[in-house]
Amino acid sequence: MPSAIPSAMLSSATFEALEPMLRRHHRSPDSLIEILNQSQELYGYLGDDLLRHVARSLELPLSRVYGTASFYHLFRFRPPARHSCVVCNGTACAVKGAAPLIEALEQELQIDLGACRADGWVSLGSVRCLGTCSAAPVVVIDGEVRKHQTVGSVLAAVRGLDAEHELERGSEPQP
Amino acid sequence: MTTHSPPPSSVLRVRCCSSAGCLAGGAAELRQALTTAVARRELQERLAITGVGCLGPCSQGPLLAVDPDGALFAGVTAADADGLITALAHRLQAASSAEREAPLAWTPAAGEQVDTERPFFTRQRRIVLEHCGLIDPERIEAAIERGAYEQLRRAVQECTPAEVVETIRRSGLRGRGGAGYPTGLKWATVAKMPGERKVVVCNADEGDPGAFMDRSVLEGDPHRVLEGMAIAAYAVGADRGFIYIRAEYKLAIVNLRRAIEQARRRHLLGAGLFGSPFGFTVELRVGAGAYVCGEETALIHSIEGQRGTPRPRPPYPAEAGVWGLPTLINNVETFANVVPILREGADWFAAIGTEGSKGTKVFCLTGNVRRGGLVEVPMGTSLATIVAEMGEGCPDGAGIKAVQTGGPSGGCVPASLLDTSVDYESLKELGTIMGSGGMVVMDHSTDMVAIAAFFMAFCRDESCGKCVPCRAGTVQLHGLLQKHLGGDATAADLAQLEALCHMVVDTSLCGLGQSAPKPVLSTLRFFRDEYVARLRPQPTAAAAGR
Repeated sequence: MPSAIPSAMLSSATFEALEPMLRRHHRSPDSLIEILNQSQELYGYLGDDLLRHVARSLELPLSRVYGTASFYHLFRFRPPARHSCVVCNGTACAVKGAAPLIEALEQELQIDLGACRADGWVSLGSVRCLGTCSAAPVVVIDGEVRKHQTVGSVLAAVRGLDAEHELERGSEPQP
Repeated sequence: MTTHSPPPSSVLRVRCCSSAGCLAGGAAELRQALTTAVARRELQERLAITGVGCLGPCSQGPLLAVDPDGALFAGVTAADADGLITALAHRLQAASSAEREAPLAWTPAAGEQVDTERPFFTRQRRIVLEHCGLIDPERIEAAIERGAYEQLRRAVQECTPAEVVETIRRSGLRGRGGAGYPTGLKWATVAKMPGERKVVVCNADEGDPGAFMDRSVLEGDPHRVLEGMAIAAYAVGADRGFIYIRAEYKLAIVNLRRAIEQARRRHLLGAGLFGSPFGFTVELRVGAGAYVCGEETALIHSIEGQRGTPRPRPPYPAEAGVWGLPTLINNVETFANVVPILREGADWFAAIGTEGSKGTKVFCLTGNVRRGGLVEVPMGTSLATIVAEMGEGCPDGAGIKAVQTGGPSGGCVPASLLDTSVDYESLKELGTIMGSGGMVVMDHSTDMVAIAAFFMAFCRDESCGKCVPCRAGTVQLHGLLQKHLGGDATAADLAQLEALCHMVVDTSLCGLGQSAPKPVLSTLRFFRDEYVARLRPQPTAAAAGR
């Protein structure tokens, strides 16, 4: 494959931060999920080059690496949005009204659950139980768990994100 | 450890809940504000602020407790910190013992002092959670002061592996992950397997929505689980251990990593423990969001770095588990029961609970309940006691309609049957399961068909797709339930829904598919009228003939 050489050079240059983790696991195929978790933490998502790099490092077929990664819900293959809004949809949150929250957010952000807004600014997702059920309904915005949410409080929070976006767009020179 | 401890009466301690539930309410800021307030008054020597695991009534968090009297306060915020420290400083300076022992003249601005004489507390019996909320999970010294690793030492130095297995068998302990398989029998099976190398796995992939017992134990008392695993390893002859934990439990992962490192440094884990040839190492394996990985064969595949799909059994993991080695898999709560059983004896444990279900069970009381949180009760306690008495029923005086146990693999128990005792067999008879311990209370506003559809959507999303009945069956079942919800279903659809449920139960490969229809079947059994009421009105014979 002619593209293999430049890709390999690029990978070894770009994914250096992964090296200590690979060494700690002795490049063992058993550690694939650990390595993928760490890769996503370091680089935000599992891009094609990164997956190829992992496959080569662990001496696994790319199909095996991609097949495993795509099995698990937490791995993503595209860059994440700048901000994430995740509604917990566990039983306790569902009983306490997660559905109206999702509906309101879908309307406000003009996207479906599980999608990312076209401008890449914010994504709307759901999670099956964070185990903080006493705080139901729970919404996680940029990693911060917010308890006892209402339609009013989540809308205020995402509008805050949008206000920030306006500010940033205003200060950026347009290309 | 302090070398010169002042007399206990002159030292006060504030235990701040640092569990995920309270952290969501601002517990970290509260703890920081308390620490700052103490430092400002230079009271560090006499007023300790420590983080602890779950204190119980999570729904009222953030929580904190003040020692020595153990007064519990709920709804405390960072703004309350200064007032509390002022009140405690006053007590420290008190001249007379009467003043020192008087109740604390302080309550949080928007919170309250929690009455620990309520049934929520008095009905509990804490065995698994005995140190949770008391010790600082970040310090191994705190665990050791309360006897951590002492039973491991005693087992290794004074007992044969067979004696340890026998103690667990006689205790009557059964798996707390849901299925209730006798733990002693499982240990004996793995112990009997030939081979030099065996593996112990702790299943901490607590995926059932509405359940957070394992998270609470791991966050609040991680050494308890590590010691239980090490004792199990000694008993079955294993030298390697894995804890498979879900990635969503960030704090539990941090606390576990730290605990493993601390134990390793103190030679409580590693090679040649307590001067014996026995050695045991533990590694953490973090999942990546797949509910099916709670199933043991799927979990093994995931530990091996593969897709988390289940495989047919036999061979059971006891014969061929991780890398084909004999493998013992137990749940977090099961391992957490091992230390007290060894310490107090099998007979002591067997005296708690019912004929077939021994010991206690930790439940997470959530949903439409006034006092929710983490409770541990003896087996055999009735659902009514837990939900109505301890949980004090639904808020706003609404009546309880049903209690859901066992998550997506369980069912709904109607209010009329709340006298049912909590034990493996009684719950099974009602078409639900003990499960891992989630207990979601539903009031009369809850739509039971919608609840069934909710769980089916969960199973449809989480089906691994390996076997057809589960992959296609959950999709069809969800479609039929949606049809009911939309008022488009006919009597034939209802009959098909029921028939398909039984087919998926009977023919699925693993526990996920086999139990996915349970929420439907149980709501059909107890709330059938809600399904029937939604059926599309049948055209009358006259209308059809026209």
